[in-house]
Amino acid sequence: MRYGEVGYNLEIDLATGNIERVETDPKMLETHLGGLGTSVKLHWDRVPAETQAFDDENMLIFSSGILNATPAFSANRSVVTFMSPESGLLAYPMMGGFWSAELKYSGYDKVIFHNKSPKWVYIWINNDKVEIRDASHLVGRGALETQDLIRRELNQPNAQVAAIGPAGENRCFTASIEQGRSSASRLGGGAVMGDKKIKAVAVRGTGDVNLANGEAFMKEMKDMMQYINFRNANPIKDVMTILSGIGSPQEMVHTDEKWHTENFMWGNARTRRRGFWDENISKEWPKTQLEGIKRLISCFNCPQHCGALISYKETPRYMAKCFGKLTYAMASYVDSMDFAWRTLQRATEYGFDSFSTPQILAFAVELQEAGILTDKDFAGTSTYPACPTDKEGRFLWLMDRVAHREGIGDVLADGVYQAARKIGKGAEAFDHNTIKKHEQLPLKLGTLDPLYYLMYATNEKISITQIEGNWPQGAFATMEQREEFVRDWPQLPDESWKQWLLEWEPRGEKGIPFYPTPDICSEIVDWMEMLHNIDDACCVCAGMSSFCLKPPYHIHNYPKIISAATGLDLDEASLKKIVNRSRNLHRALNNRRGMSRKDEKPPEDHWKRRWPELEENLLSTYYTFKGWDQEGVPTRERLHELDLDYVAEDLEKRGILKNGQD
Amino acid sequence: MAKIKKKIKTIKVDADKCNGCRGCEIVCSAFHSIPRYSSNNPARSRIQIIRHPLKDIWLPIFAGEYTPAECMGRDKYIIDGKEYDECTFCRATCPSRDIFKEPDSGLPLKCDMCEDDPPREKPMCVEWCLNEVLTYEEREEEVEESVEMEDVETGLSSMIDKYGMDKIADAITRMSQKG
Repeated sequence: MRYGEVGYNLEIDLATGNIERVETDPKMLETHLGGLGTSVKLHWDRVPAETQAFDDENMLIFSSGILNATPAFSANRSVVTFMSPESGLLAYPMMGGFWSAELKYSGYDKVIFHNKSPKWVYIWINNDKVEIRDASHLVGRGALETQDLIRRELNQPNAQVAAIGPAGENRCFTASIEQGRSSASRLGGGAVMGDKKIKAVAVRGTGDVNLANGEAFMKEMKDMMQYINFRNANPIKDVMTILSGIGSPQEMVHTDEKWHTENFMWGNARTRRRGFWDENISKEWPKTQLEGIKRLISCFNCPQHCGALISYKETPRYMAKCFGKLTYAMASYVDSMDFAWRTLQRATEYGFDSFSTPQILAFAVELQEAGILTDKDFAGTSTYPACPTDKEGRFLWLMDRVAHREGIGDVLADGVYQAARKIGKGAEAFDHNTIKKHEQLPLKLGTLDPLYYLMYATNEKISITQIEGNWPQGAFATMEQREEFVRDWPQLPDESWKQWLLEWEPRGEKGIPFYPTPDICSEIVDWMEMLHNIDDACCVCAGMSSFCLKPPYHIHNYPKIISAATGLDLDEASLKKIVNRSRNLHRALNNRRGMSRKDEKPPEDHWKRRWPELEENLLSTYYTFKGWDQEGVPTRERLHELDLDYVAEDLEKRGILKNGQD
Repeated sequence: MAKIKKKIKTIKVDADKCNGCRGCEIVCSAFHSIPRYSSNNPARSRIQIIRHPLKDIWLPIFAGEYTPAECMGRDKYIIDGKEYDECTFCRATCPSRDIFKEPDSGLPLKCDMCEDDPPREKPMCVEWCLNEVLTYEEREEEVEESVEMEDVETGLSSMIDKYGMDKIADAITRMSQKG
């Protein structure tokens, strides 16, 4: 019997319609755990290095993790992996919701898609019965409405459905995969799904998922329950509200958006609007926000309230979470929460990533204002009207064009980086907020932050919100605050680290950019990244673990939880080794696709005050700490330590790893 | 019949507080698995969340008695503008629908309030719901003594309804002869 994992994958060849239930090698659990870990291994083994996003060979994997479908709190993520049309690298956006649990109850850990379907289909997985069904009647339907249509068609109200909308159908590079209140959004998973002509994957299962030592597992969960109750009742002091609790950012609960609206940039990551949250706005926006929220909701087996059912005036109902609440209004400079709710509904049905997409639209507006895009780019045709001149109308018109790849929308749908190069005429200068061709959060700050520099530059996620987490975002002003924070901090890997926080000052010698030092930064960033990698193998929500301060899951309880679930006998060191193996394999995979030091650069204007020498030193120190050469490629020694000699050989054969050189 | 004291166990459901996480379903199935907590499967749970997210319906329902036959008619409620599916509020394991049946055998499931030895303070689902949707209450009432069917009897009577008394009696005879 298999524990934690189910032990079977579904392999679906869309070109031939062949479906196979394949038993997986139990050794893989020992070497790569599951979730992202085992998915990366499959991509490395099976996908040729030269494969591009829209090639037949681009395998698309929907994966659960080893803790989904168990009583592990907040283990509800599904991780989707594919070569991204935007970055050209192996992307792994994740979604919460209920899909991965249902997949495991159906008897599968992963669904692996090969090749492309000749016509539009959706997949129906119901225990042993798996069907590829016609989806021609669903083409053009919204991502959320498709989910309900499929449930009705199958007469399966409890089926969980991951679907794409028109943006995915039209292979927009920022197309998301939507599922209930959640979405796997970043880096174009929806586009790859659309390219394969998969409109949706529906799943309903009624089988068992087993635990190796249920009693020990539940003991851990009972301890965790107490801690969750404690943390919910005792928010962390002296940090901004959004960082004080646990769970994903509680954007549906919190209505005070002074911090986001005044510190994040408006437009195409362009303008900071200090004083925006004035008396009028601070009354009107919260009121409108609450008017739209019908109920606060969660994902599978999670006590938090990160999502909401939105029922706003006559707008069709939808579900929302996180920062999508503000991104469209802020990118369009429309000072209206009413516009935010309405626009997010349209974007959700289109199936758009609500981080990247608003920036693409804002980028187009800037190009229009700069005269780089001209009247003819905004003209109407026989099928659609000319672009309205008001801010709201223009933004929505652009979104419609991008979703359908019409006119200028066809160019913009490839993301800011590609669009800027296609448009030319100086448009490249307006691409000022991408890393590795991927749109970043609209943040522009003052002084270089060494921790964030490393996270932005080096993580395979290419999206800061899913790299950062356990270490405070900034130094505390007073020693009393620091002492208060470190007093109760069992999540740290080592007590001695508390000293780093105690010494960390908001400015001066012991402040950024020189403190934490490159050596300390390496330790902290590596630790935070490692926690994300454990979460991603287990498919635990980062909101209850790697993404928040003092979370319920941490390096000291994870080995016990995973051991009780799977029957592996893990301690901290052996667990770290497994996720380091997966993390280095992921890096090697991207190295094999051409990624190296030259790509590891935050945008030039991300910080106003830069220290080029320090930055190079940071990167070099971190590379050495990670066991990578100065091009950011894992060394043969590092790969050997992680039992990845076959990877070293491959990289050497390709000349990416130069034997004996550092 | 004699009067006896009976402990009435109630789970009060404040459905408006439900965030729809289904944690109650999963711990119910874990608690009732053998060995305890060895496996998880909400389809075996004796509490089910009736979910229609876009209709704002998240409604915990507990498995009640097994019934061999459907009601003569069905009910359908509209409350606060929300239309619930037929028989939503009914707790019975009934031929008219799939819930509260073991997924393999089709045998009925019934909430037993997590009776345990020593007794638990409250049922697992109540303990696990951190949003205070479920509240456990106990009180004593004087009632007339009556004979209640046990689990085995409930299961057997549903098998008899399905296959007929003769077949079940034959099967039990055969099995007991095999030793």
